[in-house]
Amino acid sequence: MKLTRRPAMIAAGAAALSLLTGCGAADMTKQTSPFANAQGAKTVTLSVQSWVGAQSNVAVAQYLLEHELGYRVDTVQVDEVPAWDALSQGRVDAILEDWGHPDQEKRYVEDKKTIAPGGGLGVTGHIGWYVPTYLAKQHPDITDWHNLNKYASLFRTAESGGKGQLMDGSPSYVTNDKALVKNLGLDYKVVFAGSEAAQITQLKQFAKEKKPFLTYWYAPQWLFKKIPMTEVELPPYKEGCDADTAKITCAYPHTPLQKYLNAGFAESGGEAAAFLKKFKWTTDDQNEVSLMIADQKLSPQDAAKKWVDSHPSVWKKWLPS
Amino acid sequence: MSTVTVPTPRVGPLEVLARPAVRKLLVLALIAAVLGPLVTAQWGAGAWPQALTVDVSAPLARTSDWIIDNRDTSPLFTYFFGYISNAVVLSVRAVYLLLLGIGWAGVTALAALVAWRTAGVRLALGTVVALLACGVLGMWVPTMQTLALMVIAVLASVVVGVVLGLGAGLSDRVNRALRPVLDTMQVLPAFAYLLPVVLIFGIGVPAAVLATVIYAAPPMARLTALGLRNADGGVLEAAESLGATRRQRLLTARIPLARKEIMLGVNQAIMMALSMAVIASLIGAGGLGDRVYQALASVDVGAALAAGIPIVLLAVVLDRITAAAGDRMGTGAEHGSGPARWAVPAAVLAAVVVVGHLAGALNWPDSWVTEIAGPVNTAKDWMVDHLYTGVPVVGGTADWAAHFTTWVLDPIRAGLWWLPWWGLLLIVAALAWLIGTWRTALTAVLAMAAIGVLGVWKPSLDTLSQVLAAVAVTLVLGFAVAIATARSARTERMLRPVLDVFQTMPQFVYLIPVVALFGVGRAPAAAAAVVYALPAVVRITSQGLRRVDPAALESARSMGATTAQQLRQVQLPLARPAILLAVNQALVLVLAVVVVGGLVGGGALGYDVVFGLAQGDLATGLVAGAAIVCLGLMLDRVTQPTERRTTKGA
Repeated sequence: MKLTRRPAMIAAGAAALSLLTGCGAADMTKQTSPFANAQGAKTVTLSVQSWVGAQSNVAVAQYLLEHELGYRVDTVQVDEVPAWDALSQGRVDAILEDWGHPDQEKRYVEDKKTIAPGGGLGVTGHIGWYVPTYLAKQHPDITDWHNLNKYASLFRTAESGGKGQLMDGSPSYVTNDKALVKNLGLDYKVVFAGSEAAQITQLKQFAKEKKPFLTYWYAPQWLFKKIPMTEVELPPYKEGCDADTAKITCAYPHTPLQKYLNAGFAESGGEAAAFLKKFKWTTDDQNEVSLMIADQKLSPQDAAKKWVDSHPSVWKKWLPS
Repeated sequence: MSTVTVPTPRVGPLEVLARPAVRKLLVLALIAAVLGPLVTAQWGAGAWPQALTVDVSAPLARTSDWIIDNRDTSPLFTYFFGYISNAVVLSVRAVYLLLLGIGWAGVTALAALVAWRTAGVRLALGTVVALLACGVLGMWVPTMQTLALMVIAVLASVVVGVVLGLGAGLSDRVNRALRPVLDTMQVLPAFAYLLPVVLIFGIGVPAAVLATVIYAAPPMARLTALGLRNADGGVLEAAESLGATRRQRLLTARIPLARKEIMLGVNQAIMMALSMAVIASLIGAGGLGDRVYQALASVDVGAALAAGIPIVLLAVVLDRITAAAGDRMGTGAEHGSGPARWAVPAAVLAAVVVVGHLAGALNWPDSWVTEIAGPVNTAKDWMVDHLYTGVPVVGGTADWAAHFTTWVLDPIRAGLWWLPWWGLLLIVAALAWLIGTWRTALTAVLAMAAIGVLGVWKPSLDTLSQVLAAVAVTLVLGFAVAIATARSARTERMLRPVLDVFQTMPQFVYLIPVVALFGVGRAPAAAAAVVYALPAVVRITSQGLRRVDPAALESARSMGATTAQQLRQVQLPLARPAILLAVNQALVLVLAVVVVGGLVGGGALGYDVVFGLAQGDLATGLVAGAAIVCLGLMLDRVTQPTERRTTKGA
């Protein structure tokens, strides 16, 4: 059989194109960052979420991967839900601190199997409503939600109008606060700071003047060391009471934080994947690094180095034997 | 413009009717009188009626799910978007590896030589200092990542822009079809582009590059078309009479004649791409923008500034180089032929690269890095401590913010919410019609109605109230500064670098100081917007004031007018077109940072877009983005006099 010239050229062109791209179809879910593996280094890309605790995990993992295992580490800051998507596509290799995303877990871990669980981080997270401890000392009964309406006038600001202000933070965080305020019949308005940076800056300003405030906050968080805060008791959490978020009337659960790896990376990621699976530390360890970053303004690398130098017994166990 | 003319002493009732403005208002009043009661009876007054909304969230959520489930199998993705994405990744990577390969000394030498050849020794020295500063700040690698991304994004924007511009410049039909699209794209805030791109390409560099291209290509296309259309008719005719074909005429006459505009287009594309570099970090662009964004998380202004300064430096250097290249081309002052002129620089560059390789010094040495974060944070804390509250007589910034919220923002918002929805549409129609034509009025009303149909009437009016308040403050401050600069050349010289910095500094950098001074809420959002929009207003207004005919000023002075009288009766009226343009630009720019305001408690549409990006909730994000676009269209049409402005941004 003889090929005419035109189809032959098309075939040659297609062959060249497929050689260039690796295969006939370009699956963009398998494309990594253009900045990865530059200059022949083995690269791991870690997702950093916008809060400092997550930065601490990443900083220490990065330091050890670079100095003990000889990897190059790239970090990308992505919000939580998009990070799951990026992880599934292999644009990042690991998320080190996840606060629970049942929908995404079902979609990516169970159905598509593109993400593999990486074990617990060793830290337990908890979300709640907090008032500064100086205020709780003045009015001891303020820490019971039944009494919040009595004190609503204390929390008034220009933004909340005639109601008390309950400050929420970044839009990426899990929150039921609007529904809680409504369902518990509280005389409060939820004001969204829009980012954690804005929220922390505002809380520090309030604390400096010893002003009253009520805020959505979460533990572990380094800010507790700077501004002691006391949790307001909401109706207790029971398994399944948060199933319908529109009708919710209970507090937030205590969540053991999880790590997740890209499925391909978990299998063939070599020492880096093994290391990240074993990475596990305590709330105190994490807070120590977070405080160095956020309060003493050390760069994450310097903070990680300091912690690594003083806690060899903790991290020696994470290294592949 | 015939609506505001010289004061006529006495006007009879019939003459009043003869004025077009009055006629237009009468028509609208008639419509209001007839339709108002009808519409109220049908749907009620107050906010946009529920019955007239369309819920788009379910189909959007379905689309998003389909994409996630099918993007690794559907041919649309594997054979089309996949290739685009792959091409972007490969080319960015190639540039990045090249930049790392020639080392820091090589990159610096390359930039300096290009600057020297296009603009002279002074700019070359400036370029060296700027690039070394990036290294000293510890930002060498992120700077190279941003640069690699920028090179590809700008190249793609230029190609796309030139193709579109050629089409619009050569064919009237394409021009008619393209112009409204390009006009509209200029008004759109950058954030509006992020979500649709993320929807298709996911988080990462390809999405960031494409969003940047969509943002930066329109000015290129506009300016190319403008250059081609303005080409001197005489030259073209001469070429034609010499028997040149259509293609020859294009290549030898039209394009060379348009090169000044084309170079200005490249300049604009670069500036817009750089301003997008930080915004694109929200969708995983990496590089300098990501460093700024990460510093924001630990409330570290100093670190954010360390990453923000290289962006400003890159912007200034690239702006000056391309502007100089454009001037050269415009004057046609190209001495020496191409290859010879570039031989020496190429040899120098090669030598530098070889020496760098031999010395093994490709990466910026760690010991040459200086930390500026500490001192900057100390300075910021000091400022905040002394201004926040309890300043004698004037009160602290926190008190101002509270008063601004209670006495300005709240009443405007309450007023907008109180107006019946059809009343607001009529006001928009009246304003747009008085200042423009019935076409602009129709666009404005349709844009406003679209907001209602999307079901985001209330948050949009909340955003609108913030925009109006911020614009008012911007204009008051801007005019004051502009009058000062127009009257004194020294003030102007002192202010110019400050304005440059504010215009190019990524907004994320000053978010934290703004919150520290004004608290969380709508007031700091307005403050951030004012900082961003002020430079453009000052520039446009002071230019307008300075261009006022000296003869008119002189005659006023000789008639014994005081300085204030000169300003009020001569300069301001004569600078009216510039002032109108300043108002229009202030609105567009303030709206462009509404999303940034969402990060500091501005709420409303800005928060919704951030929420949509953060939660991957495309329905919320896209609808809010579309509403911002509609607000932008409406505000632009309402404030746009007959002639169009040429370019937007720096």
